Amino acid sequence: MPRQKLMRKIDKLPTFKGFKPIGKAEDAVPVVMCLEEYESIRLSDYINLSQVEASVVMGVSRPTYTRIYDMARKKIAQAFIEGKPIVFEGGKVYFDSDWFHCNSCDCYFDHLRKEILVEKCALCGSSMIEQFVDIRKEADSSEIRCAGRMLGLTKGCRGCGILNNI
Amino acid sequence: MRVAITATGNSLESKVDSRFGRCSYFVFYDTESESVEFLPNANRESVEGAGPASAQTVASKGVQKVVSGEFGAKVKAIFDQLQIQLIMVPDSNRTVAQIIEMLNKSK
Repeated sequence: MPRQKLMRKIDKLPTFKGFKPIGKAEDAVPVVMCLEEYESIRLSDYINLSQVEASVVMGVSRPTYTRIYDMARKKIAQAFIEGKPIVFEGGKVYFDSDWFHCNSCDCYFDHLRKEILVEKCALCGSSMIEQFVDIRKEADSSEIRCAGRMLGLTKGCRGCGILNNI
Repeated sequence: MRVAITATGNSLESKVDSRFGRCSYFVFYDTESESVEFLPNANRESVEGAGPASAQTVASKGVQKVVSGEFGAKVKAIFDQLQIQLIMVPDSNRTVAQIIEMLNKSK
């Protein structure tokens, strides 16, 4: 069995569902673009990060990032040339919640420079921090906090907004 | 590094104010010189736009971190743009002195 894919971090979701070519039949089979592929186009071509920087932002290795980016461009090219619609869907992704919670002093703080890993609490300096995920908006009213993503080494934590197929 | 803390009164023993925009006092603390400055919040009674106005006040003091009980959505956007870090302390039973002590420890 192949090794599991690492979770990819997404900063900004597309605000719409996809693209349609003008003057083509409506029922054409769309090209399905994963959210991490959309994100790679945003990082590399829209905000002009280098692939090394972008891979850090997304939380994957540089070669993996290159493969994601490559796939994104291939899909765009295919849709352009063959006149197919593009839909943004799925992908092994989680969303960057921005907020961190400190277990030592029970405070919440945000993190602005995403390319740098959060190592200690902004208030008390303790290293007992975890990413805070507010899933109340998405699912039920129970609050789940997750200790995953510490240094990006854990895979598949249940609490952190994992979405395999949106 | 300068840190802004919202307070309910103008002493070190006063509690952290749970609101940002309409807090009673701002406390500006400098971690290097350990100086403390109290500033009454002029936007305390304003009907609208207290958050952004307070954010302006705080930003003009050149702070890098802001400690408060909670922040509104408008304030978050402004501070994100200004690259100022937000710290929320949900239980407002902590005093300003306690927060300053914690900041000193983490230095």
